[in-house]
Amino acid sequence: MNALEVVDLTLRAGSFAVQEVSFTVGEGEYFVLMGMTGSGKSLLLKAVCGLARIARGRVTLHRRDVTALEARFRNIGYVPQDGGLFPHLNVLHNVLFPLTVAGLKPVPARAAVEGIVACLGLEKLLARSVAYLSGGERQKVALARALARKPELLVLDEPVCALDEPTRRDTCRELRRVQKEFGVATVHVCHSRDEAALVSDRVGIMCEGRLVDIGTLEELATRSEHAAVQRLLNWN
Amino acid sequence: MNEPQEAIPLAAPRSSEPRAKSRVGRPPEEQLRPAGRRLNRLCLVSGGMLVLCVLVVVGLVTADLFYLLSKDLPLADIGKLFTARAVVRAMKLSLLTSLLTLALVVVTAIPAGYALSRFRFPGRALVNALVDVPIFLPPVVVGLSLLAFFGFGLGSSLKQALSGVGISLVSWIGIVLCQYVMTMSYGIRSIKAAFDAAPRDLEHVAYTLGCSPWQAFWRVSLPLARPGMLAGCILVWARGIGVFGPLMVFVGTGPRVQVMPTMMWLELSVGNIEVSLAIALIMLVMAGAGLTVVHFLLGDRSFL
Repeated sequence: MNALEVVDLTLRAGSFAVQEVSFTVGEGEYFVLMGMTGSGKSLLLKAVCGLARIARGRVTLHRRDVTALEARFRNIGYVPQDGGLFPHLNVLHNVLFPLTVAGLKPVPARAAVEGIVACLGLEKLLARSVAYLSGGERQKVALARALARKPELLVLDEPVCALDEPTRRDTCRELRRVQKEFGVATVHVCHSRDEAALVSDRVGIMCEGRLVDIGTLEELATRSEHAAVQRLLNWN
Repeated sequence: MNEPQEAIPLAAPRSSEPRAKSRVGRPPEEQLRPAGRRLNRLCLVSGGMLVLCVLVVVGLVTADLFYLLSKDLPLADIGKLFTARAVVRAMKLSLLTSLLTLALVVVTAIPAGYALSRFRFPGRALVNALVDVPIFLPPVVVGLSLLAFFGFGLGSSLKQALSGVGISLVSWIGIVLCQYVMTMSYGIRSIKAAFDAAPRDLEHVAYTLGCSPWQAFWRVSLPLARPGMLAGCILVWARGIGVFGPLMVFVGTGPRVQVMPTMMWLELSVGNIEVSLAIALIMLVMAGAGLTVVHFLLGDRSFL
């Protein structure tokens, strides 16, 4: 069964449009959406999460049609580019946020996230203000918060783009490890072939609002003749 | 063997003299100075201006104090000025009405400022401009407009209905109304700015974490906008307690509606400058106390 199924998704933002995008993400699969800046990757992610109004198409999560659902009812863990941490809360309260919103008291909420906190090695950071976290730590906290709700799908919008190269590699490996441990289907947006190589099971290439090809990196590198695919896979 | 070609300059120098100044207009030796020394000039100018502003405030306060002391009034008499029944009543009325106005402004300006900050709707630019109108109107015009509003039509009916249940507009209600109209724009403007500074993306993240729009507002946007809102509250309260013009026109200067600014004016108009200055000093003390409270609420302990 597919964790995510996107069918003919079309939406517009100003003069730009994402057009007739269709793809699936299998259970436990790590799917990477690659594309140049302005190709519509982030807009597509927002539509999947319910944060952008779609004109046409369908989004299903484990065969549940969520197209008309508000973002809060979709149960998708979303991590934006900068982590999107709440600066008025410390690390612990950021991680507990989705559980306290759901009505859990602090003590059971804390118990519920113990595993995630331990898995990501956040124990020493819990009392810290998010203003004093490094880029990598911010992403870990954002990931822990997104996982706290036990999401059906994890959506990462360029989660490591602001990090230096060694930290980026470490964070990518960490992402892949955590994703495997929790077995959650993941969509990860990036524009780096190396990043995709570190984490992806399959890759989809976006160009000017369209999904032009899907496959493993090796398949795409050998079979695709699309200029955008070649440009993305061969530039670095 | 070819002669090496002379490099062609991209742009010929304007004169053969060495350039005294660099591209950015500073002599080279000045560019070599440590950054700290160049910064000092900026520090000097900005620090000087800051001192000037502080001196204006301190100068005005000390002028009030020295004027009172120079009158050779016994200390007991000066003390009596501060505890005179009329002064205390005006102070209580000013405090009560300005705090009530602040509460009203907060209750209305938070949703209004949020709507202006977050929503795009037809006529938004017009609404945005209309909200600012009371800021630009001369205060007396606000009083006149209130008189006109309650003089006919719907306003008149409302006034009569209130009179029917024993409520007169020439009371604390009228004072609050004047203060509200005069300060509402400041409240909306500053609270809108506070919400503008709170990233919209964080609300989106909150939605994906299970928040309804209300929950995202209470749990994310409002706490993030808090410092800006508190600063706006200082402004609203300070403006409210100092409202004078509309009160003179709309509620008058009767003993039951004398707030500190109107009382100060009345005393001044009959030559009681000492009482006026006593009221001025009370207002200064209240402003200082209010500022201290707000800085405490903001968590800025360094203020003291």
